[in-house]
Amino acid sequence: MLEIKNLHARVEEKEILRGLNFEVKPGEVHAIMGPNGSGKSTLASVLAGKEEYEITGGEVSFKGKDLLAMSAEERAREGLFLAFQYPVEIPGVSNINFLKAALSEVREHRGLPQLTAKEFLALVNEKSKLVELDGQLTNRSVNEGFSGGEKKRNEVFQMAMLDPTLAILDETDSGLDIDALRIVANGVNAMRSPERSFVVITHYQRLLDFIVPDYVHVLYKGRIVKSGTKELALELEERGYDWIKEEVEAANA
Amino acid sequence: MEATTVISNKDKFIALNESKSSVLKNSWANEIEAAIAAFTTFELPTTRHEEWKYTRTTRLANENWKWSESLENSGLSNTIIEDLNAARIVFINGNLSLADSSFNNAIGCTISVNENIAASDIAQINVAPATNVFEAFQRTNTSAAISIRVEKNTAAETPLHIVHLITDNESISTPAIFIHLGTGATLEVTESFHGNENTKGLTIRGLYAHVGTNARLEYNKIQAEKDEQFHISLDNVRVENDGYSNFNTLTIDGGWVRNDLRIDLNGQNIEAHLSGFYLPRNKQLVDNHTKVDHMYPHCMSNELYKGILFDQSTGVFNGKVYVRKDAQKTNAYQTNSNILASDDATMNTKPELEIYADDVKCSHGTTTGQLDEQAMFYLRARGMSPDSARKLLTTAFINDVLNKVENKIVRQHVIDALVQKGLLYI
Repeated sequence: MLEIKNLHARVEEKEILRGLNFEVKPGEVHAIMGPNGSGKSTLASVLAGKEEYEITGGEVSFKGKDLLAMSAEERAREGLFLAFQYPVEIPGVSNINFLKAALSEVREHRGLPQLTAKEFLALVNEKSKLVELDGQLTNRSVNEGFSGGEKKRNEVFQMAMLDPTLAILDETDSGLDIDALRIVANGVNAMRSPERSFVVITHYQRLLDFIVPDYVHVLYKGRIVKSGTKELALELEERGYDWIKEEVEAANA
Repeated sequence: MEATTVISNKDKFIALNESKSSVLKNSWANEIEAAIAAFTTFELPTTRHEEWKYTRTTRLANENWKWSESLENSGLSNTIIEDLNAARIVFINGNLSLADSSFNNAIGCTISVNENIAASDIAQINVAPATNVFEAFQRTNTSAAISIRVEKNTAAETPLHIVHLITDNESISTPAIFIHLGTGATLEVTESFHGNENTKGLTIRGLYAHVGTNARLEYNKIQAEKDEQFHISLDNVRVENDGYSNFNTLTIDGGWVRNDLRIDLNGQNIEAHLSGFYLPRNKQLVDNHTKVDHMYPHCMSNELYKGILFDQSTGVFNGKVYVRKDAQKTNAYQTNSNILASDDATMNTKPELEIYADDVKCSHGTTTGQLDEQAMFYLRARGMSPDSARKLLTTAFINDVLNKVENKIVRQHVIDALVQKGLLYI
């Protein structure tokens, strides 16, 4: 599904990813944790195709294709979805019109027939229920005046509409109360399938009680320095990151 | 030493002035006399004039304009607003074309034209003296005129559509529109300007509207001329106690466009909205000068202008708001927002608020920036092409101006025109 080899990336003069290796197979859920500034959000942005980041080395293949050669919109149409850490507010653009336009371009790319207005609304109805998103929110301007929790639910709603094969959740849990967290996690879990993979980027182990990962990785200084199963997340919750940093420094010494 | 003769740019207008007489020479005689005198004193403005700082008149003055009597109507069918069922008043090359007009069945208003307009009808509108050479020129040489009257407590049921079309190369048009709304009267007007391809034209159009006590005027001006066409609108609206005016200036196209809109709030408890958008491309220029004058207490004015500037185009916005000493409890709002869609586009914007009353709520804000890159990326990350994403964002940007057009059929017509030009997304 996703194969990252020796990825190096920088923004302006600062190197952030420094030889990252990582592989996701179909149906797997991977959690990426790590201290602040370790490169977690950079990884999400680089995979989604944000242009501020300069790739200085390595390769990324997505379903056997060269991901780095694709534009942001091509990646989305191919089935990669990024749930933004900070969803953008777009006044004047209705959620529904935007999704209709996006879905139409995505379906065209995938060789799927266009939905009729009725089919589209039925899909909106079905998928918004998944994250308990109020019908009024789906009609409002994209994220405008949404609470933090509503924005994150809207991300998962869009994900469900666009039906990706790989979803990257960038700190989708940050700032959510327990109810909102449960709703978001339920939405994600409902979408888990043997064909669909998830990369869950988070600071907090708490999310992983709800979205149980197959693997947990620790990102530090732009590299994955430790991998394990969900027990690793519990250990990180308990012991913090200092022991990992020490291990890395000791190995480098 | 040899003497050099400086030929003033105004000379061509002087010649044009001498070869024409106004269709209103009997019914507007006093004003024409004043305008003839004013014409001799005003110079053609240059960029040294504060009101014309960013808008050059050189190109306009260098053309060889002529008066035209042509009623050639090719392209007129494109000006129809489907489903509006409006009474149509058609001007072609500045002349009233009765053959193309159909306003006899307009319900609730009285329309008279050219020499048939009564002096008393014009007098009732109380037009302010001309303040520049173009105003003086238009009044001296009114090429055709209509007067629309809606009497006391009457709602003009039939919407009016005033159409201007340029089909004769190098023709100059100087029509005048007079509107009088009696106490409690209501009227909806859509006025649209068009011209054929590769046809030079200059329009200097005067609008003189009087919105009586408790009356309502809804006015949509749609500008859809071509690159070769020059346009000066002289829009004058005077509103009385408890009156309402909603004036929209929608500039879809046009080579060189200057809008002078003046709204006088001549009473208390008046609500005035003035909004507009402009989307110049190529080397087009769109200049909106507005003047809102609050003279009495308890009035509200709300101004919203938005522009997206493409290619090497230029935009100008100058919004004057006067709040006189007696105009306590005034609410006056002004916003001008712009997006530069090209590195070569220029926007000059200047709010000018002069407030002499001390118990008022006034605000103004101008912004000029690029399309929001964060929003662009967000839309593209959902699979939208950069082109669709850009159109969706520009649509959102001017949407609040479009929503100021109350008549949904007119609004949809404008949206369709914008989509056809590849400017909007639906």
